[in-house]
Amino acid sequence: MPVIFGIIGLCLWQGAIWITQTPAYVLPGPIAIVTAYFDDYGTLNAALLSTLTVTFAALLAATVLGVVLALVMAASDLARAAVQPWAVTLQVTPIVAIAPLIIIWVNQPFLALVVCATIVAFFPVLSNTAAGLAATPHDLLDLFRLNGATRLQTLLLLRLPAALPYFLAGLRIAGTLALVGAVVAEFVAGSGGFASGLAYRILEAGYRLEIPRMFAALVLLGFAGIAIYTALGLFSHLMLRRRDA
Amino acid sequence: MIDLSGVSKRFPNGTLALENINGHIGQGDFIALLGPSGCGKSTLLRLIAGLEQPSKGHIIWQDGSPRPGEIGFVFQDSTLMPWLSAADNVFLPLKLRGKNKAATKSQVITALDQVGLKDFAGSKPAALSGGMKMRVSIARALVTAPKVLLMDEPFAALDEFTRHKLQEDLRRLWRAEQKSIIFVTHSIYEAAFLATRVLVMSARPGRIAADIACSIGESEDRRIAPDYIALVKQLSDLLRAESLA
Repeated sequence: MPVIFGIIGLCLWQGAIWITQTPAYVLPGPIAIVTAYFDDYGTLNAALLSTLTVTFAALLAATVLGVVLALVMAASDLARAAVQPWAVTLQVTPIVAIAPLIIIWVNQPFLALVVCATIVAFFPVLSNTAAGLAATPHDLLDLFRLNGATRLQTLLLLRLPAALPYFLAGLRIAGTLALVGAVVAEFVAGSGGFASGLAYRILEAGYRLEIPRMFAALVLLGFAGIAIYTALGLFSHLMLRRRDA
Repeated sequence: MIDLSGVSKRFPNGTLALENINGHIGQGDFIALLGPSGCGKSTLLRLIAGLEQPSKGHIIWQDGSPRPGEIGFVFQDSTLMPWLSAADNVFLPLKLRGKNKAATKSQVITALDQVGLKDFAGSKPAALSGGMKMRVSIARALVTAPKVLLMDEPFAALDEFTRHKLQEDLRRLWRAEQKSIIFVTHSIYEAAFLATRVLVMSARPGRIAADIACSIGESEDRRIAPDYIALVKQLSDLLRAESLA
């Protein structure tokens, strides 16, 4: 159904462009965008690969960081009090505001982009995993206590497996946020002259008024976001089905 | 086996849940704790299990404080781990005590056999009915051969047919094992059918309003035995008097 609506929307869009004779530098039609992509697919695909590399590196880092911090927070109330305010502060600080500083501080451009995207992406993993660890059924915790379970046994055999659905929901959100973080960081880096990823190609096309090429890059970003969200949703579904079925 | 001496429980919010509970639970007793919702039945069970401490009074185990696994606890919900098979759920208390899975396989199968689920050892909880899940939960409580089995309204969420079946099975199990059982319920019929003694509790703060010995013959069809009907009437009158007091 979404595909049918998409095709209808594209036809209406192209028809409106033809009827109104709108120039491509104001709003290109779908045909102009596809043509622009095939005219420059080598550069655009390389840029997409670069953006995805940053995205997946950031997602990996965000997952490790989010889970480790959630475990630290679950370990004691003191640790929670120490970590939570800083995690929230980092989450509410606009990445656009701190990306230039990170790019200056982290001398290696790729690493700087990964750090920016990780900051954007780690919070859902942290908050969801922490919520999952805190939501362990009390009866099961009592059962573990009655049977003399150690803290490590309770963590490994109960709290972590019970938190899995929460973690996977956080991971799904983090996947798309990592892409957003990577693109924002690339914009900031691109503005400073560092050529990397689709965001830089969008900036470049904008400066040259190559609007169809700009849209082609945007479409690639959109597809990448949908693919990441869908893939992580499928991964989550398979993991839970394998676990519970 | 267990002596309760002046046991009271006041929660941190000031609520007095239990007041001056005295009594003795002997080896092989099947005791039903009967009372209206909120009278402290579950709290008393948790105090006996050691999951909470009394504010006043003492709970004395004549053979010394129970070690891990010496108390079997069955909760209102089956509280199975959805990611483990029935056999692995039953094995859990043994695993927490460092037992080897292969070495205790026969113990696990025996426990499942006691509740009639030997053929479902490999099934995950998602594939079991509510009644079957509760049977697995009972097998999990039995697998460590506990001194006492504490059951907190285990059949309350089940349909009438399943409840009757499980009541009969539990009674058969008790007759075979002669284990001490403390069974919390708010059903007069359930208490009268199952127990050798019914402790009727008053509304909050919970006190023991009556300690009634049941004398329904084992050879009779208990649900239509005159003694059973007389006991149900006696318990109904007591509860009515307590609710009006």
